[in-house]
Amino acid sequence: MAYFSQQLINGLVLGSIYGLIAIGYTMVYGIVGMINFAHGDIFMIGGFVALITFLILVSIGLTFVPVILLLVLLVAMAMTALYGWSVERIAYRPLRHSFRLAPMLSAIGMSFALTNFAQVAQGARVKPVPPIVTGGYSLFERDGFVVQLSNIQIIVVITTLVLLALFTWLVSRTRLGRDMRACEQDQTMAALLGVDVDRTISMTFVIGAALAAVAGMMYLLYYGLVDFFMGFVAGIKAFTAAVLGGIGSLPGAMLGGLSIGLIETMWSAYFSVEYKDVAAFSILIVVLIFLPTGLLGRPEVEKV
Amino acid sequence: MSAVPASTAAPDDILAVSGLTMRFGGIVAINDLSFTARRGQISALIGPNGAGKTTVFNCITGFYKPTAGDIRLTHADGKGYVLQTLNDFRICKVAKVARTFQNIRLFPGLTALENLMVAQHNALMRASGFTLMGLLGMPGWRAAEKAALDLSSYWLDRIGLYDRADEAAGNLPYGDQRRLEIARAMCTEPALLCLDEPAAGLNARESGELNELLLSIRNDRGASILLIEHDMSVVMEISDHVTVLDYGVRIAGGTPQHVRDDPKVIAAYLGTDEETAIAVMEGT
Repeated sequence: MAYFSQQLINGLVLGSIYGLIAIGYTMVYGIVGMINFAHGDIFMIGGFVALITFLILVSIGLTFVPVILLLVLLVAMAMTALYGWSVERIAYRPLRHSFRLAPMLSAIGMSFALTNFAQVAQGARVKPVPPIVTGGYSLFERDGFVVQLSNIQIIVVITTLVLLALFTWLVSRTRLGRDMRACEQDQTMAALLGVDVDRTISMTFVIGAALAAVAGMMYLLYYGLVDFFMGFVAGIKAFTAAVLGGIGSLPGAMLGGLSIGLIETMWSAYFSVEYKDVAAFSILIVVLIFLPTGLLGRPEVEKV
Repeated sequence: MSAVPASTAAPDDILAVSGLTMRFGGIVAINDLSFTARRGQISALIGPNGAGKTTVFNCITGFYKPTAGDIRLTHADGKGYVLQTLNDFRICKVAKVARTFQNIRLFPGLTALENLMVAQHNALMRASGFTLMGLLGMPGWRAAEKAALDLSSYWLDRIGLYDRADEAAGNLPYGDQRRLEIARAMCTEPALLCLDEPAAGLNARESGELNELLLSIRNDRGASILLIEHDMSVVMEISDHVTVLDYGVRIAGGTPQHVRDDPKVIAAYLGTDEETAIAVMEGT
């Protein structure tokens, strides 16, 4: 029981990170109907920007951890959002009215470009950071096993919850959110009502990238390292999470992220670490067989 | 987009279409079409199926780039716009032209209220300082949100949907959706409202309500309306001016009475069977 609780905590933390990335996939899919394969690399860029900002802040002598974290968060979000905006501008917008596969191929290309850019600019070695947030709580002990809840885990989960609330408010209550939903349903009509569709799509990429940046920073804090290749697997996992939850559905992305995180952690804990990815993807296949639109996806209703 | 002098249009013409030609490959959908729409009036564009009415609309609202010709819009303050040079959202934002479609194109997943709010995008956009200040909750933004809500409420009340404001637009009855679409177009505060068969699929009572709505839009809000319609009872009852198209060519124009009696129109509209022609023209 104690062991299970510990895995539950670990799984939820990992799932929060996946969920934050998955939101970017699902949002972009909802509005432009394409899978942004470069999104995993945007997450990686977020991790690097967080690392660089952290090192700069420390080198100028800042030592108060909450201030460092807040600054790192803001800088990472802003810089990564800029990356997201540029990727859309350079690689996707010119292909908006091209054939369906064009932006997808362009996305794969962009993914490689970002990966290699980080490799060339930052080197291929894994970049470790000393633990920034330390300490934690022992929740309870049973049969000699102590269930730990570390401060960093609390930070990851709380940040995710706050962002999720903010983001839900943005989508459901603000002008931008309304415009995004309108563009998602009928871009032509939105344009005829005076909505600048290109701009709305740009904003979607910006917001998705900012959330991925938060995930990148959380990853850095949680695992204490970043490398140029981390976007690939995390991106594929988050994409899986988005599909599992029902692509296009925002709560679905978060639910899918948590599910993938939990499945992976539980499988590693009780079966074998080597096969954790196999487990995650197998569950995806099983779910999709029985629920083709994912856990929370709406079935496409075509009116004749 | 720069305003251009409206040389060809009379001062009270809001829309002047001249020499409009639209070819699709070898097919000439519209051939050298010229007509005008008066400010503050309801102008109708009628003609048999395939006459090119919707193509005209698509040219006016930027969907198609005309092969040749000129579409000029003149605002009440004298500013003119050449519509075929504007595209996309600028037709609505700059030239202030709004349109509806033959088949309803509401945002089905948004509520009735949200549909109307999206249409006020540009007003809110300016007030929100292009998102940034809106996120910070500046007072100007709150006031603009309130103004947008007020305008939406006004229209919801007007079309009798106030109590169903929070229902998904796609779940509303057909007739309500039609009127909501017109209300949404009006929420963009258009100078010219283009309606593509607003009465399609409406029963007699709903069609009567629609007439009232359109007349009140013209009378109370001073809006100019350009209308494509098959339902002759609508056309004859509310339009001030009718232009008749056949095979992409203008074959007649004038008051409803004038057009109704024109033998060319009767022939074009219904072949040569004059009795049916007269019956339909009189809306029976």
